[in-house]
Amino acid sequence: MNQQLAFALLTLLAAAAFCVLTWRRLSLVRFGKPENRLDHFGRRAWDMLLYAFGQKRVLARPFGVNHFVIFWSFLILLIANSEFIVSGLLPDISLRLLPDYLRGPLLLMFDVVSLLALIAIVLAVVRRLLFKLDTKYVKRRSVEAFLILAFIGLLMVAYFGIHGSEIARGQEPLKGWMPISSLVAQFSGDGAYESWFWWLHAVVLCSFLVFLPISKHMHIMTAIPNSFFARLEKPNTQPREEFAAGNTYGAGKVSDFTWKDLLDSFSCTECGRCQEACPATATNKALNPRQVIHSVKMNLMANAAALESGQEPQVPLIGPEGEATNSIEAIWACTTCGACMESCPVLIEHMPKIIKMRRNLVEMKSEFPDELLNLFENMEQRSNPWGIAPTERTKWHTTMEVKDYVAGETEYLFYIGCAGTFDARQKAVTVAIATVLNIAGVSWGVLGKEEKCCGDSARRLGNEFLFDQMARENVELFTARKVTKVIAACPHCLNTLKNDYRQYGLELEVVHHSELLARLLTEGKIKPTRQVTALGQVLYHDSCYLGRHNGIYDEPRRAIAAVTGAKPVEAARNRENAFCCGAGGGRMWMEEGVGERINVARVGEAIEALGTDPSTVCVACPYCLTMFEDGLKDRDVATIRVMDVAEVVAESLRPVL
Amino acid sequence: MQIVACIKQVPDTTQVQIDPVTNTLVREGIPFIVNPYDTHALETALRLADDLHGRVTAISMGPLNAEATLRRALALGVDRAVLLSDRAFGGADTLATSNVLAAAIRRLNEEDEVGIVLCGKQTIDGDTAQVGPGIATRLGWSQLTLVDRIVNIDLEGRRIRVRRKLEGRHEIVEAPLPVTITVVREINRPRYPTVPMRLLSRERQIEVWDNRVLKIDVRTIGLKGSPTWVSRIFSPQRDMGELIGDGATDPAGAAKLLVEKLLSKDLISL
Ligand SMILES: Cc1cc2nc3c(=O)[nH]c(=O)nc-3n(C[C@H](O)[C@H](O)[C@H](O)COP(=O)(O)OP(=O)(O)OC[C@H]3O[C@@H](n4cnc5c(N)ncnc54)[C@H](O)[C@@H]3O)c2cc1C
Ligand code: SF4
Ligand code: SF4
Repeated sequence: MNQQLAFALLTLLAAAAFCVLTWRRLSLVRFGKPENRLDHFGRRAWDMLLYAFGQKRVLARPFGVNHFVIFWSFLILLIANSEFIVSGLLPDISLRLLPDYLRGPLLLMFDVVSLLALIAIVLAVVRRLLFKLDTKYVKRRSVEAFLILAFIGLLMVAYFGIHGSEIARGQEPLKGWMPISSLVAQFSGDGAYESWFWWLHAVVLCSFLVFLPISKHMHIMTAIPNSFFARLEKPNTQPREEFAAGNTYGAGKVSDFTWKDLLDSFSCTECGRCQEACPATATNKALNPRQVIHSVKMNLMANAAALESGQEPQVPLIGPEGEATNSIEAIWACTTCGACMESCPVLIEHMPKIIKMRRNLVEMKSEFPDELLNLFENMEQRSNPWGIAPTERTKWHTTMEVKDYVAGETEYLFYIGCAGTFDARQKAVTVAIATVLNIAGVSWGVLGKEEKCCGDSARRLGNEFLFDQMARENVELFTARKVTKVIAACPHCLNTLKNDYRQYGLELEVVHHSELLARLLTEGKIKPTRQVTALGQVLYHDSCYLGRHNGIYDEPRRAIAAVTGAKPVEAARNRENAFCCGAGGGRMWMEEGVGERINVARVGEAIEALGTDPSTVCVACPYCLTMFEDGLKDRDVATIRVMDVAEVVAESLRPVL
Repeated sequence: MQIVACIKQVPDTTQVQIDPVTNTLVREGIPFIVNPYDTHALETALRLADDLHGRVTAISMGPLNAEATLRRALALGVDRAVLLSDRAFGGADTLATSNVLAAAIRRLNEEDEVGIVLCGKQTIDGDTAQVGPGIATRLGWSQLTLVDRIVNIDLEGRRIRVRRKLEGRHEIVEAPLPVTITVVREINRPRYPTVPMRLLSRERQIEVWDNRVLKIDVRTIGLKGSPTWVSRIFSPQRDMGELIGDGATDPAGAAKLLVEKLLSKDLISL
């Protein structure tokens, strides 16, 4: 009776503490702005099954299976632990009430699962000791990780202790179902220590309950709903803003984020995968996506009192570097490559938060790196990033015959893009594409002097006001010219035309030239006159906006394989895990003064894969082209050249002499 | 104190071509922008106003569509914008232009004392760099041209000290207020309008002053008040370039020659 009372007191205290602590934190999510994440119930439920219960992303990494075991053990042992508590309070109620044919298998399952969990815990401890994922602010918290592992481990030990003792005392008729507990029983003497184990179990379980909401293991509660509420689309577009007097833009304080942004921050498991994937972190920039998420949580908690009393947050979200703030440098270092989001096991959305902070800096404070002033003015006044006169858009037409797009007569609008129009190197790609299209008999035309910049850089840099202007103009132009099918040579144009303009009511069928070329090759409309062998090994580099953001991985590879006769070589990180060239998100137009340059790092991966023989990096994006050519020069490598997919295909069409 | 920034709307000259037959600029379809130097004049005015707790008025002489230029100035934070527009002002050369601008500044001065007038060094279309000094002369004020830094302003002693950027050297000069200043691009990085300011600027009033307001003698403004006229505009034939050294066989020697030449012409410095 005494034991019962003491246990009741303990569980009551623990439960109360758990509730208060959880509420204190989770309830802060209400300070976020509204956002609808309840649409498409079915798809959301499916994502939750796949990512939370199926642990899809977790399993994608070698060690993931360990977490899978712990996660499922935890779920299964919830039954055992519930029984422990209930029968601790009311000894008459326990699983023993079940018929043996049900309880037997359950006991077997508990036994096996507990052992698996124990093994997984030991492995996890070893791994933590061997690999450090510390960042500046999360060192302290790796203590948390060891503590939690110890808790779980002790629970398993106690479990076997209790049941081993029970068997030793001959109180378990179903011991045949409990191979491991039976084994433990042989070392349990007369089972006199049962009550010790029982209290160990009780105390650890209650401590675990209290510790849960104040540690990163909060994710045990939040990761599942977070997977349900995760965004359903790829992060290739940002929400529109409404420009009206009195509105504010972007996130300048924590309560400018949406509730989902805030929930994200409580769901982070601190696994560090995003930080490993991030090109900015890898090259020693101030940005670490994991810290961005962590800062939101710390900022929210630091400002909890202010928010609860209806005041403005005091601790700045953007400011001098600190655990609860994001430095200006970090915010501008993001290439919007999406690698962080692709790798996060609990589907946290890092990049949109960074863009929200950029929006606030640009639109509310006009605070941005000096280089961007020219970029913004050029895009606004001359509708191209370089500020070249729009009248020069047709200059490249002197190299070949170029027709205007006429609705009804021309099938495709070939949207050249600013780089394809003005950048000397990319102009050659434009001509290569056009030439191949002509050979394949594709009907295409251009907008010529009327073509405008799509506005991609402005949007990713947070200048939504400027993007909005440019998007409206383009949507008007496309509508007036009755454009429906577009060939884009630049993945950024492709993404903007296809995904951003949809928000403005313009539905276009946009293909990247590499997709079209692959299709034409398959259909036999392009008939190579020779196999391309002169380029050496060809490595294909995934552009973030083609691959991760638009799911186009296979087509460029198919096109290369069709003309070279061999599958392209892969960099160590490829496809979904490809490493950015460093130019996305408007980084193309900014200085990169800190740390190693991202393009130089990526070129290093290419060199590793290609070796020293003459070879080729094949790209599908004008930015990647520039970044690779510059990176190779930087590394003083003259054996590798950089070509666009279209140029590689064009090689195969050269007349055989 | 009131600070006046003179800003001009200019065609985006990177896009302008000269019609060889009529000798005039082909301006059709060419977008207008704020004269780039004037964005720096405006920025200087705004920063000075912040420091001195003054007010900034932007003025521009031009056709009614020059309003866009002033709206931009409002978005950047000027307190007042006045467009000087009248058919009678049309066809002005630099003398007539500065007559109109000076008259407007005098009028502003009657309402609220003007301490500093800021102009760009020059425009990218007329390129004369005469209007700033012209205004100073008409007003009888000191003129500080080619300024790349405001060193110090002594409000009590009513003096201003600036740095002028000259070829290969700087000059620190001082003058009594009121003063007309023309600035070079190095003086600052112009600000970029915030979205709330842009939206606000759409609602704000731009005053339009014609000659009924300014009442300037019509013989001194517009075409009638312009003693200069354009006799011909043409693109000069470019001189043949010069091959320096023999880069093929002696690249180092050629590079040395080139550097010496550039140094002697003061195009680069060590
Ligand atoms: C011989 C000649 C004939 C011309 N004929 C014509 C003509 O027929 N039609 C025509 O449209 N133009 C004509 N112009 C151009 C016009 O006179 C000049 O553009 C104008 O006088 C300003 O001179 P500027 O552009 O050289 O300015 P600058 O002296 O180079 O400008 C210096 C600064 O003065 C200020 N400023 C100059 N103009 C203005 C303005 N309008 N409003 C506010 N601030 C200003 C700005 O701060 C500017 O940065 C002519 C120019 C010349 C030289
Ligand atoms: S989008 Fe790319 S650069 Fe930006 S934080 Fe994520 S991984 Fe880093
Ligand atoms: S944000 Fe996601 S990937 Fe990054 S540490 Fe947290 S859980 Fe891991």
